[in-house]
Amino acid sequence: MEFYRSHVLVCGGTGCTSSGANKIVKVFEEELLKHGLNKEVQVVKTGCFGLCALGPIIIVYPEGSFYSLVQLEDVPEIVEEHLLKGRIVKRLLYAETIAEDNTIRSLNEVDFYKKQLRIVLRNCGVIDPENIDEYIALDGYKALGKVLTEMTREEVIDEIKRSGLRGRGGGGFPTGLKWQFTYNSQGDQKYVACNADEGDPGAFMDRSVLEGDPHALIEAMAIGGYAVGANKGFVYVRAEYPIAVKRLEIAIDQAREYGLLGENIFETGFDFDIEIRLGAGAFVCGEETALITSIEGNRGEPRPRPPFPAVKGLFGKPTVLNNVETYASIPQIILNGADWFASIGTEKSKGTKVFAVGGKINNTGLVEVPMGTTLREVIYEIGGGIPDGKKFKAAQTGGPSGGCIPNELIDTPIDFDSLTAIGSMMGSGGLIVMDEDNCMVDIAKFFLEFTVEESCGKCPPCRIGTKRMLEILDRITEGKGEAKDIQKLESLAETIKSAALCGLGQTAPNPVLSTLRYFRHEYEAHVNEKRCPAGTCKSLLQIVIDEVGCRGCTLCTKHCPVNAISGERKQMHIIDQEKCIKCGVCIDKCPFKAIVKR
Amino acid sequence: MKSLADLQAIREKTINQVNLRKDQEGYRIVVGMATCGIAAGARPVMMALVEEVQKRNLKDVAITQTGCIGVCRLEPIVEIYEPGGNKVTYVKMTPEKAVKVVIDHVANGTVVVEYTIGYHEEHNK
Amino acid sequence: MSQCCASELNQEAKDKIYEIIAAHKDKPGLLIPILHEVQEFYGYLPFEVQKLIAEELNIPLADIYGVVTFYSRFSLTPVGKYKVGVCMGTACYVKGSDKVLEEFKKQLGLEVGETSEDGMFSLEATRCIGACGLAPVITVNEDVYGKLFAEDVKDIVEKYK
Repeated sequence: MEFYRSHVLVCGGTGCTSSGANKIVKVFEEELLKHGLNKEVQVVKTGCFGLCALGPIIIVYPEGSFYSLVQLEDVPEIVEEHLLKGRIVKRLLYAETIAEDNTIRSLNEVDFYKKQLRIVLRNCGVIDPENIDEYIALDGYKALGKVLTEMTREEVIDEIKRSGLRGRGGGGFPTGLKWQFTYNSQGDQKYVACNADEGDPGAFMDRSVLEGDPHALIEAMAIGGYAVGANKGFVYVRAEYPIAVKRLEIAIDQAREYGLLGENIFETGFDFDIEIRLGAGAFVCGEETALITSIEGNRGEPRPRPPFPAVKGLFGKPTVLNNVETYASIPQIILNGADWFASIGTEKSKGTKVFAVGGKINNTGLVEVPMGTTLREVIYEIGGGIPDGKKFKAAQTGGPSGGCIPNELIDTPIDFDSLTAIGSMMGSGGLIVMDEDNCMVDIAKFFLEFTVEESCGKCPPCRIGTKRMLEILDRITEGKGEAKDIQKLESLAETIKSAALCGLGQTAPNPVLSTLRYFRHEYEAHVNEKRCPAGTCKSLLQIVIDEVGCRGCTLCTKHCPVNAISGERKQMHIIDQEKCIKCGVCIDKCPFKAIVKR
Repeated sequence: MKSLADLQAIREKTINQVNLRKDQEGYRIVVGMATCGIAAGARPVMMALVEEVQKRNLKDVAITQTGCIGVCRLEPIVEIYEPGGNKVTYVKMTPEKAVKVVIDHVANGTVVVEYTIGYHEEHNK
Repeated sequence: MSQCCASELNQEAKDKIYEIIAAHKDKPGLLIPILHEVQEFYGYLPFEVQKLIAEELNIPLADIYGVVTFYSRFSLTPVGKYKVGVCMGTACYVKGSDKVLEEFKKQLGLEVGETSEDGMFSLEATRCIGACGLAPVITVNEDVYGKLFAEDVKDIVEKYK
């Protein structure tokens, strides 16, 4: 391999690709060629750096200069100034990396990264995911070599059990036990499957691993195959993730070429290969039995458990099924030992968790923290707080199966059991932050709309029950709620929770239950006072012009899309409530802040 | 690939490359590459450094550039930061001198005194 | 939409579909991969195509129809040349993607799930595409636009007209 004195790492995650990372790579290569630097500077497209809000992101090594929000026009300057003349382009550096004395700080000292511990994401943003050699350089496939040549199958399972690793897909079931059950099952054929059908809105950690470090998944699945006695693996991945699918395909091909997949791996007689199956847009397929039915080529409807997949899974054979993030921890556990992994995190939740932090927060992106880190640390220290000086209202975890955590509980440590205890759940790791402008009834309705649409229809509690709940929420947000509605919601929710067939249905009422628990006053305001405290629900909203503030500048009249505002120049203006569609344009346009929601 | 040894071979071949992408612990070689440095011939010096480091498969060595160091008359200038934080400045460098510095200083820890700024200033008064 | 007439498929299209099926035959759970590939080639999955697949695989048409209608990615009707997808994931929603969607409806004169008469645009409210750092996000085929406001919509639509 060529030696390059300098490396330009360009984030090639979906976020940065969307903001033009591919073109940036191209221009970099052209500019380097122009200055004759192409033999000494290497441009590498990596996985996600995590700080998606500042994309496109570029890091130049060995200096470790972190350039953010890079535009195409900036590239020639970086090449000429930094790479040719050795002068770091300070105006493009991520502001946090410039210390008060104007020196440049290492990335590890920046708030966003300081509190993070990267185990699952350790290679994301460091290696070129399309180059297997770089993965191998950072101890890739060493764990597979170790289990195949030094460990018995029982020892591997025991190591995973002792590490305390629990499933990162939402349920939190101990991974080692799952492997043990599959190992125990009798069968001529067994399978290893990976759930990469990351359907929770707002969660994209699995995508980032697939895009940034696909070999970690391949290696872990092979280890799982050896442990449980399977020689075939399936990765079920969303068709909505084209970059992830492509990188995984490349990685599988490279692994086959190197003999790390296929027959007689490391000459130990162990055979293993992996096939990719694309999802087709059905949220319920994230549920394990539904995913299995879908790989089999059917409508992805769940089936009752038991029998569990460990006994009767894919094509009726014993199958071990884990999600991407769970697998990505496995090689590290094998290499560093169960005790190392178990030393991270809390008593019952070991290791780290990756969160996709989004919504009303400054540093949107991907963060990996030890279990037990508090929500406050994630939101304020890593996430940089709430933009525009607004007040934090709630954080939503667990997607459509989870709940909202209010400000009073912001010091809750994030682990499986603490989150369940306060009525939310870990889920796959979406963490959406909401501020004072978000109406909690509306958020509950948003999630219920999602479940109603995604309910597969097999069992009535979910199919009919969630629909009835949604109808009640519709009424409430339209100002037609009745006093009994809140009770009805609660009773429906409890019934669905206990009677639905699968995890999707059983957890569907959680967003409603948790918002009722912590934001009951908002429901009551909608029902009793016909008022939306956050000013979100349009039917309950009036936009009015304040008599004192209005100077009669007529700006609002000009911008109103429905001509609902009238008034003479220099006279007080009035909004016709019959015509007003509550779009809020006038509020933004009024220079005197005289138009308000009421 | 057949064996663990094959895997190890790939790892060693690639590790230097990837190691560059973390905070450096070993030697850091800094070349002055402002307009004056380039005019004085800093680029061939840089290339010689890169080639020699690669040839000798030296671990944990970063080659980087900086702007004008301020003594343009002594360009090309190469500064070597040792792992302990000690800095040695070499002046009036050539590709040949650069090779010697890599071999003697970076690989074997012996400063090439006659190329250093102190020696130069002492003998050119 | 026509519900009969396998003859509407020309021989060339038929051959290509046979080819796709042949490449997957004998693999377990082959139906969904076949549907993905056929849709990618033909654009959508009308009855005549489903019928052809049913005959070739020797499984009931009802089963195929069941699968096609279960998954949101499979379409029974043609989609526009430019598929506009407005992300309705949570992060986008809390940042106002509903307003962006409304603006697209207005600009394109379409409701969600519809295709324009000239076959140029179709409008979808999509599930989370995982670009939450850029919320609110929309896609036009493979192009992604992030950090949008409703007022940006007009310019985007113009680009593709």
